[in-house]
Order: sequence, then C-alpha cells, then structure tokens
Amino acid sequence: MANDPEEKQPSASSPSEPSAPKPSASAGEPVSKPAAPPAAAAKPPAPKAPAGAPPPRPPAAPAPPKEGPVALDNDLVKRYKEKFGPAILEAWVDRKQAILVVARELLAEIAVYSRDDEKFDWLSDLTALDWPKREKRFDIVLNMYSFEKNERLRLKAQASADERVPSVQGIWATANWMEREVYDMFGVVFEGHPDLKRILLPDEWQGYPLRKDYDILTQDTAWVRENLGIESGQ
Amino acid sequence: MHAVIQYLISIWVPLVCALVIVGVLPLVTGYIVLMERKVMADMQARLGPMRVGPHGLLQPIADAVKLLIKEDIIPDEADKAIFWIAPLISVTAGMLAMSALAIGPWFQIADLNVGLLFIVGISALGIFGIVLGGWSSNSHYSLLGALRSAAQLVSYETAAGMAVVGALLLAGTLSTREIVTAQGDYGTWFIFAAPVGFFIYVVASIAETNRAPFDLPEAESELVAGYMTEYSGFRWALYFLAEYTNMVVVASIATTLFLGGWLRPFAGTPAFNFLDYFPSALMIFVGAYCLYRAPKQPVKVQQLFMMVLGLAFFGVALILAAPLIGRVNDMLPGLKPGLHGAFWFLLKVGSYIYLFMWLRFTFPRYRFDQLMRLGWQFLIPLSIVNVMGIGLALVLHRQWGWSHWTAFPLTTALTLLVAGWLGWAGEKKDKEHVFVGES
Amino acid sequence: MADERIPFATHAESTVLGADEIVLNMGPQHPSTHGVLRVKLRLDGEKVIGSECVIGYLHRGVEKIAEHRSYQQFAPYVDRMDYVAAVSNGLGYCEAVEKLLGAEAPPRARVIRVILTELQRIASHLFWLGTHALDIGALTPLFYCLREREEILKIFEKYCGARLTTHAFRIGGLQYEAYDELEKDVERFCKPFDKRVDEYESLLTENRIWVGRTKGIGILTAAEAIDYGASGPVIRASGVKWDIRKAMPYAAYDQYKFEIPTGKNGDTYDRYIVRLEEMRQSRLICLQAIENIPAGPIMGKVGKVLKPPPGEVYHAIEAPKGELGYYIVSDGTTQPYRVRIRPPSLINLEAFDKMIRGHLVADVVAIIGTLDIVLGEVDR
Repeated sequence: MANDPEEKQPSASSPSEPSAPKPSASAGEPVSKPAAPPAAAAKPPAPKAPAGAPPPRPPAAPAPPKEGPVALDNDLVKRYKEKFGPAILEAWVDRKQAILVVARELLAEIAVYSRDDEKFDWLSDLTALDWPKREKRFDIVLNMYSFEKNERLRLKAQASADERVPSVQGIWATANWMEREVYDMFGVVFEGHPDLKRILLPDEWQGYPLRKDYDILTQDTAWVRENLGIESGQ
Repeated sequence: MHAVIQYLISIWVPLVCALVIVGVLPLVTGYIVLMERKVMADMQARLGPMRVGPHGLLQPIADAVKLLIKEDIIPDEADKAIFWIAPLISVTAGMLAMSALAIGPWFQIADLNVGLLFIVGISALGIFGIVLGGWSSNSHYSLLGALRSAAQLVSYETAAGMAVVGALLLAGTLSTREIVTAQGDYGTWFIFAAPVGFFIYVVASIAETNRAPFDLPEAESELVAGYMTEYSGFRWALYFLAEYTNMVVVASIATTLFLGGWLRPFAGTPAFNFLDYFPSALMIFVGAYCLYRAPKQPVKVQQLFMMVLGLAFFGVALILAAPLIGRVNDMLPGLKPGLHGAFWFLLKVGSYIYLFMWLRFTFPRYRFDQLMRLGWQFLIPLSIVNVMGIGLALVLHRQWGWSHWTAFPLTTALTLLVAGWLGWAGEKKDKEHVFVGES
Repeated sequence: MADERIPFATHAESTVLGADEIVLNMGPQHPSTHGVLRVKLRLDGEKVIGSECVIGYLHRGVEKIAEHRSYQQFAPYVDRMDYVAAVSNGLGYCEAVEKLLGAEAPPRARVIRVILTELQRIASHLFWLGTHALDIGALTPLFYCLREREEILKIFEKYCGARLTTHAFRIGGLQYEAYDELEKDVERFCKPFDKRVDEYESLLTENRIWVGRTKGIGILTAAEAIDYGASGPVIRASGVKWDIRKAMPYAAYDQYKFEIPTGKNGDTYDRYIVRLEEMRQSRLICLQAIENIPAGPIMGKVGKVLKPPPGEVYHAIEAPKGELGYYIVSDGTTQPYRVRIRPPSLINLEAFDKMIRGHLVADVVAIIGTLDIVLGEVDR
C-alpha cells in the first residue's frame, strides 16, 4: 500500500467500519520530514509560465510505482508554515497533488493568503468528507487552482459535528452554494455564511444524507409522507 | 319585381357573406396553421405533420376536435366571468373587422364609407380580450403578457395608422372598395407610390398581431404562453383563432391599401391579359401535383383522398376558367372580376401571411425595450415623415403638375434619407446607452 | 458587496414608480429553464431586481450512490449527470479512477477517447446553440443543429450501441475496439462541418436582433468570473485564456494543436462566439486525431477487481460546460469512500444572480441559456 503507514492521512488507513481511527490533528507527524519521496519532487511550486505552457504535472506521466499520501515539504509548505506556523497541521502529497491540513479556526485567513499571496485565486471545489470514527469527523476540503502557476492545492480543515467552520464565502463568491451543499449533505455549519440553508434537498428535510451513518436506504419518511403523499420513496 | 330582388340582394348577400366568413374562417385558420407548420418544417429541414391524412392535410381537423373535447380549466383564483368572456371579445373583434373588407368586388358584407377606419378601430378592440384575459387569469405570466401586448399595440397602432393615412391620402377615400378602384385608376398599386409606407405597415402589422419577431406577449421561452398561459381547450383555441383572424385582417388591409386589392397585376395593360389564365393554371398545377402524389400514399383511403383533392382542384380551375370563355363572359359580365378578384385578393393575402411566417422562422425575438425603441424612435417618426412625403408628392403632382414618375421617387428618396438618418441616430444613441446589468 | 451576494435580499429596495414589486416563479416547469431549474425573480415591472435559483428537483444522490457501488459499477451513473455530454463525464471519471489506481490507459485508447470526447463537445455545443437560439426566439437554428448532432450520435451508436448515455469508456481504457469505419465516419462528419458552423453564423452572428439581444447582456468580467468560480466557455468569454486541455493535458490532448478562443466583454454574445469557435477547434482536433490512431491494446493493466490504495485524487477535465472535477477518496476497498463531483453547470449557475440583476425578464432566458446548464448535472 502506501509508503509508510505513519505517513498516511489520518484515518485513511481504516475503512469506515473497523479499527479506531487515529486522533486527527494530534497525529503530530514529522511534517517537515526531509526524506520527501520522488513523487513529491515532481511537484515543485516554483512559479511557472502562465496557463498554456507545458504543465508541471502531466497526469499522463508514468505512474509512480507506489501510490498513497506521503508527507510533503517544499517551498510552498515552508511559506505557509512561516506565515501560519502551527496552524498548518500537516502537509501531504498524494498522487502528486499537494494537500495542506490546516487548523479550522484559521481556515478563512489561510484562504485569503492562498488567494492573494500564493495566487490560488480560483476556488474550484469545496466539499467535505465524513470520518465518523474520528473525533473531528469532518474534513472540509477546498480545491484551489492558480492560473498563474497552473497548479492546484488542496486545503483541508477538520471539524467535529458541533463545531462551526469559518465560511470562505466572502473570499470566493463561488463558495456560497458549495458551502450550502456541504451543509445540506453533511450538516456542517459555516460561520458567517449569509444564507446557509439547504440547497438540493427540501428545506424541511431531516438528516444529512452524505454522512456515513445515513444509510443509503434512509429517508425522511415523514417528509415523504406529508409532501409526496406516498408511504415510501423506494 | 326588380325592387324585390334588389331588396333580397341587399339583405341576403351580406348575410350569406357573413355566414361564410364565420363558418369558413375557423377552417381557413386551421389550414393557415397547417401551412405555417409545413413552411416551418420545410425551412427547418424536416417534414412537419404527416400523420393525419396524406401530407397531414387533415391535421387541422384533428387539432380542432382535440381542442374541442379537451378539458376547459378555469383557475380557482381567476375572475371567472371575465376569464370566460375575454377570448370571445378577441374573436368577435377580429371577425367583425372582416365585415368591411372587400374580398373581390362580389364578396363584401358592407361597403362602409368609413370602411378602413372601422376596420382599424374594431380590430384594435381585440386587445381588450387579451388584456382582460391576461388580467383575469390571475397569473404573473398572463399579466406580464397582457401588459406587454397593450403597450405594444398602443405603440405600433400609431405607426400602422400613420402608414394607413399615407395610402389614404393617395386614395382620397376610406371605403375599401373605392381604395381598390383608385389604385386601378392610378394604374399602379400604392406600394410603388409609397414603398416606405408599406414597409412601415408590414413591421407594425407584425407587431400588432403579436407575431415573431414581435411576439413578446406570448413569448414562449419567456412567458410560457403570455396572456394565454392559463387558458386551455376551446377557450385557448379561440385566442388562437383571434390571432390568425387578425393576421388575415391586417393582410387584407395591406392588400387593399398597398397591393391593389383584387386587381390583377397590370390590370390596365392588355399586353398582360395572359395573366388571366394564371388562376386556372395554378389550380391545374396543384391538382396535377395531388394526382402525382396520390399513388405514393401508403393507404388506399389516402390515395383516394388525394385523387379527390386533385379532381377538386381541377374543378376549381374549370370554374375559374369559365369567365374566360367569351359567351359566358357576355352572359355574366360580373363573373370575371368576382371570381378572379377573389382569387387575386386571396393570393395576395396568402403571400403576405407567408411573409409573416418567413420572418418568424428567420429572426430571433426582440426584447421589450428594443421593441419600444424601434416603435417610438424609428417607426413613428418615419411614418410621420412618410405622410408628409406623400403629401408633398401629391402637391407636386396635383398643384404643380409634376409627373408621377418624378414626384413619388423624389419624396420616397427623401423619406429613405430620413429613415437612414433615424437609423443612424438610433444606433449612435444605442451605443451611448449600453444596457448593462447593475448590481 | 457582501449584501449583493445575498440572492434574495429582504430589505426593501425603492422601485422606480413606487409600485409593488412582484415575485415571479420561473420554473420548475417552464419551457426555457432547461429542465427543472426554478428561478424566483423579484421584478419591478419587467426589470429584475433580485433572483434566487432553487435547485434540487432532479437530485438523485449520485454521490451517495457512488459510496455503495464498486468503481466500475458507478461508471454508468456519471453519464446521467450531464446527459448532453455523457462521453465527457465518463472520460473524467475513468481518468480520475485511473489516476487513483496509478494505472493509465494505453495510447490507442487515449486517442479514441479524445476523438469521441471532442465529438461529444461538438454535440453538446450544437445542442446548446440550438436551444439558446430558441430561447431568444430564433426557431430555425435548433433543427440545423440537431441535424448535425444526429450524425455524431450515430457515430456513438455505431461505436458502443448507445446514443445518449453512452458509457463509452472503461476504467483502464476501452471495452470496444473502434469499428472499422470510425475514422471515415468522423472525417465525413468533420470535413464539411465548418461550413455548417458558417451556416449557423449566417443566421445569427450579424443579425441585428440577435446582436441586440446578446451584446452587453449578462456581463461577467474576468475578475468576477474567477470570483464566481466560472469555468469553460463562460470564463473564457470573460477573457481568461484557460483551458484544462492545454493547461493540464489529459488523455492525448498534448499531441494536438488547437487554439483557445477567448472573448473580451464576457457577455452573452462573446460566450456564443467562443462556443462556436470551440466547435471549430474540436473539429480540428478530431481531424488531427484520426490522422494517426496508434495501434496497440485498448485496455491497460487494471485488475478485474479495483482496489485503489488509500488516498485521494482530484482530477478535472475540460467538459463542454467547464471544469468537470472528480474528487475521489479511496479507503483501500473496492468501493470509493467518497466521490465528489464538481459539476461545471452548478458552479456556472451560481453567477446567474450576479448576471441578471438590472436586466429584463427576456434576458433571464438568454442568460440561463448562455450558461449552458444541464439540470441533471446541477442537481446530480
């Protein structure tokens, strides 16, 4: 599987069911591990020519023999660490894609820094992951892209079910609906979102379907009965 | 005896004409719709209705039956009485306007001396049906459609009216019959004397009848169906009937005013008398085509139908040819202008409606503000200039003895100049006033 | 600034005549909301002073389904998102999983993928053009567009038996070898196709009404487009020269020469021009690709049972609508732990409120059309 077991992403080692997940941020892994494997070297953040130039990370390149997340330590990570210090909890590279795990409280500040100083000015995606066995069960995942560097960077922040996540809606307008969708599907509440309500499901729906403890057959039976006039949607 | 016959004619002819109009017009409307669908299909590289009857020839009847037996839904929140009566107002206005039209010298319900004024006035009443229907539906789409329709009619009725005035100046009468006669006397149709006026009338009449590219009141992609959104079944069909009746009315007005009414092209020139054979020839051609297509129909009944149809066309050709026989013409001298007049009139109306269809399938739809700008900033000033131009030409011609051939081209050129300036100025203003969404 | 992003601001805005504003519900059943989009419009007369998109009427929980299917089993589902461009969806998913596995498709498969995907892009744009023109009131282009699209669908049908939801690709390559006349069919379609695009242009591009209806409508500046996360033709029309096919080539796009058309004003007209030009460029890519389809296997080395090592990958492709991203997390089992799909339609639709304010009702349909949304993808 992955290079070293301890380099794996928190709890990624466990499928949702078995084995207790590691406590997340407390992992305290040697983030600045010097021995970055070759995969990491393939992803230098050095500024590149604007879009249109040969890409720094051709996806069609020969695949590395082993896959899986490994720790990342390069200039980009160093700059982030310099700026935010302990708020950058971990840094990974997985399938040649850089991932920063950051402290939830500083998510908005880090996002602003990413957008303005690191030029990751385009938020391509914002979503969440649910690791129910973990203490902080949700990962909020931001996929950013930089037109200038032609690079992607992923930010992750962890939150427990009752923790509020700072909204990045004011930083990228596009985050508005994506945060609503995360709220809709996971029940993660975003602090500072002006209009946080369900987006895909009906407003009165109970439950958060993409949580792992929400079975695929589950539904808000009361809602279905009341609004559709049928016993079950199945 | 003679007096009795005269009396009967004065009573019965209009009555029969009225019955024919009321009875036949819905059918004609149905076939105009079929023609529209066929023309549209042809322009869009497809076949159009082909299922009901050979080449879909019975489609209008099937549609009518479907509409008649469909459920007539009246929304709960609608103002029921007005909702009920509104389509009737539209249809009545459209049909009533037909009464003063002269479809050939024979076929006219009443030759009013204020004929054209009557037609224009009555047909404008149809807007009440639209506004009331839109309002009583109690739906936002209907309301928006109705309001658009009202604003549009007010704007374009002015331009259309001024265009009509231009032609009336030339004719010197309001009676539809005499307008046509006047064109015969002039030796030319008014379209050649006042081409700008005709153009204005075409544009304004499209807008008045809510046809694309000015079909904003029922803009399908915006307002679903505009003022008709909440209507269904037969009441919806009445609106449809009204729309097509109005098309026939404006086409008839344009034919009467600008296209020489029932007059044959070059009516006064004996060299073109061969055109008298054209009606029969056209009918024979259509009949022959029907017979040619008959064996290719898949079902026996359809083959039979096509044969009968072809023979019917031959019959019509015979009837149209009858007045060309010297003896018949001597016996019934009124037959030729009556039959052929009706033929030419309907042919011109048909061509005008075809133009409507052509435009509809070619152009995108105007936006409301653009429509208003076109109406108020281009058409209305231009129509006023057009009237002045025609007036000037008449003064030059009648008072100063200029020839037709110098006076009218001169004023037309002047009007076109003004049109160019108006267009240029409007364009410039548009550029200054770029409509940008504010945030 | 923050206020204007609230779609349905509740504070009273003064209206011109002091008249009441009306709230117009457009959709979910409406001829030109392209499916089941519902837009609540606040109108002052015909002027739009606020809007809110209500989506989710077509929500099928695709992402949840993904967590309960194996990687291969989920592949057909992605075709049902953007059903107008199913091949592109499939390409994105298959490549994302391949990336997750560390496998890759053989060169032949990749070239065939490019051909089919570019045909699909043309088909999608054609369908967009027809319906967009129909929304603005031009009835005829739709049928010309459908005529050409039909040719493409026939090629798909010949290749894999399906026309719309093709499931043309498999993880690791292709299931079907290209049929014998594929090159010939593609050539027969592509050779005269630029003339066909000229034909559409002759109906619309210089038509005064068309220009009047599209120029200056729904302007999105480059900065706004980036802020709103727009992608694909929408962001390119705003002047951002960015195309994932060039920026981060996938499949075999690095082998082909093509231009990235861009616009200047970011209005509806520019988006129209950009999409037309993209069709021409796609045609060129197809013609280059059929020149030289490498021989060899069509299926890479992936097992029958896919068990990607734990980890995650985000892979995005340039779908006809924009950046179509798949964010797949694996926990080492045969089923994905999470599949997040970044639908370009949804994100592009977000800018709708920004674009529509101050315009008229008629522009609503123009702007919905120009965003090229497919509700299957918006709602997933």
